[in-house]
Amino acid sequence: MRTAKPPVIQIRRVTKSYGHGDAVVHALRGPVTGGGEPLGVDLDVAEGDYVAVMGSSGSGKSTLMNILGCLDVPTSGRYLLDGTDVGHLDEGQLALVRNRKIGFVFQSFNLVPRTTALAQVELPLAYAGVRSAERRRRAMAALGLVGLADRAGHKPNQLSGGQQQRVAVARALVTAPAMLLADEPTGNLDIRSTEEVLGIIDGLNARGRTVVVITHEDEVALHAKRVLRLVDGAIVSDVRQAPVDGPPPALAAAGVVA
Amino acid sequence: MLRFAVAGLAANKVRSALTMLGVLIGVASVILLLAVGNGSSVAVKDSITSLGTNALTVSSASSRGSATAAKKLTVEDAKALATAADAPSIKSVAPVVTTSGTALYGNVSYQPGQIVGTYPAYFETANLKVDKGDYFSADDVLNSRKVAVLGSTTATELFATEDPVGKRITIGGTPFTVVGVLRTKGSTGFNDPDDVVIAPLPTVQNAFTGFGSVNQILVQASSAESTTEAQADITRILMGTHAVKDATKVDFRISNQTSLLSARESTTRTFTVLLGAVAAISLLVGGIGITNIMLVTVTERTKEIGIRKALGAPRAVILGQFLAESTLLSVIGAGLGVLAGIVGSHFSVVGIKPVVIPESVLGAFGIAVAIGLFFGSYPANRAAALRPIDALRHE
Repeated sequence: MRTAKPPVIQIRRVTKSYGHGDAVVHALRGPVTGGGEPLGVDLDVAEGDYVAVMGSSGSGKSTLMNILGCLDVPTSGRYLLDGTDVGHLDEGQLALVRNRKIGFVFQSFNLVPRTTALAQVELPLAYAGVRSAERRRRAMAALGLVGLADRAGHKPNQLSGGQQQRVAVARALVTAPAMLLADEPTGNLDIRSTEEVLGIIDGLNARGRTVVVITHEDEVALHAKRVLRLVDGAIVSDVRQAPVDGPPPALAAAGVVA
Repeated sequence: MLRFAVAGLAANKVRSALTMLGVLIGVASVILLLAVGNGSSVAVKDSITSLGTNALTVSSASSRGSATAAKKLTVEDAKALATAADAPSIKSVAPVVTTSGTALYGNVSYQPGQIVGTYPAYFETANLKVDKGDYFSADDVLNSRKVAVLGSTTATELFATEDPVGKRITIGGTPFTVVGVLRTKGSTGFNDPDDVVIAPLPTVQNAFTGFGSVNQILVQASSAESTTEAQADITRILMGTHAVKDATKVDFRISNQTSLLSARESTTRTFTVLLGAVAAISLLVGGIGITNIMLVTVTERTKEIGIRKALGAPRAVILGQFLAESTLLSVIGAGLGVLAGIVGSHFSVVGIKPVVIPESVLGAFGIAVAIGLFFGSYPANRAAALRPIDALRHE
């Protein structure tokens, strides 16, 4: 066991609320005290884990995802990403954290329009200041990993939904981030593309990448090693489906061991 | 970054082109209108030198219709000026009579703008040069010979391509031999100085005006600096010949070409400033066009900005990208504007040949680029300041 390693994500008593006074809405609140005060959400995610966060609309899972991805700041509480307290970082440093430590995969792909797949994948590297030749090499490697090396010159409108999402996955992993954060990655995909994308994510996790997937689909959750359920801004269940340092369940079941 | 900017602009070709057109018109109009203003003041300056900066015109004040019968200017006045021993500032004197009439050559009939009778000194004082033939001489004047020097317009009208020198023309029944043709001076405004026939004074007096008064006396000062001195000398001498005691009641006027024309020059300067102001406003409007289009672009691409921010784009990169786009718009627009302005200045506008001021080209280009930066910075800042979460949610 590698329990000695610090968790990639450490969240302590994090709350997020919108509005003021009577109109205040707690999107994330955790357990509530007798007096109605939200205690906040606590969550640790270990390196190499594959976590699915489930919940219905309005359960706070997207808010959690935005906070985990440093796109939004919590109202209160502490968030340590890879040992760094991101609560004390300014905008520029947050941009750096997003660039180096987090790879995003969105439900709506969110590719940059009119830009070739290769340029898409090179983008985070460009922001990180990687040299052109090195950028190209790593981007091609990432595209190869998602099986799209032959589509490098295609623009988003020349790719299918599944291909676009695979480009997005390649873009997310090209910087070798500490964590891959996927928000409903298969929400807009058909069954075949869903399998393709999940297969790629499983493979990444099998190679040790920490993955957090936000989803409301049980089939997606089956791929995860650990499943969290959110209701009304609080974690109501935390089920482990497979050990942290083993292969993801889908690959284990198929008999493929990393 | 530049490649991104080009791609961004290329995505909306019509919109980019129209925005550039705004800047183009602004820059081109600054260059062109300033060139027109400058051209007209250059024309005025040319006409100052062409009239001779040393020239002073003495004319009778009686034409003003004053109650007292003013004494007209006469050849004697001119002689008094010419022979005055105590007036070293006066270099030469030429009495002038002007009249009009129809000139005939063969079966060609033409009415020149002016028929001038004068002395040979007139040519030098009025800065007239002969192109063909020669001036008439003092001897021609003394002998009242029927000779004439033609302005280039008159010569062309009467003789077309023929060489007029030595030919005989008839003006008002009197035959004249053409001895010379003047070099073209070019129009300075309302009257054509080349549309003229110049003949010896007594000849013209004999044939047309009679031996009475003269219209003007053209005096050449010894230098441009001594015109004021010459003016004082003329006043003193003519007060003597006209028996006027009171300097405020003189019956003649002395006008200095230089002062006359510098007044006109200041008018054209005002004109230039006015044109420049109008052009500057259109440049400003072009700049506002850039802001407008960039704001639309930022709104349209909010989601893209969000994606880039989620991928870790620093603020400076987003800022730079949109600034690059707006600056590119203005640079291309301004470049084309400079081109259009320079091409446009090759055509004369309402009779004025525009003269491009090099500073105005650099200035207009520089200001347009600065406007792109300045007016682009607001939308770019707005884009860069977007919170990634808000930008990503934007639909």
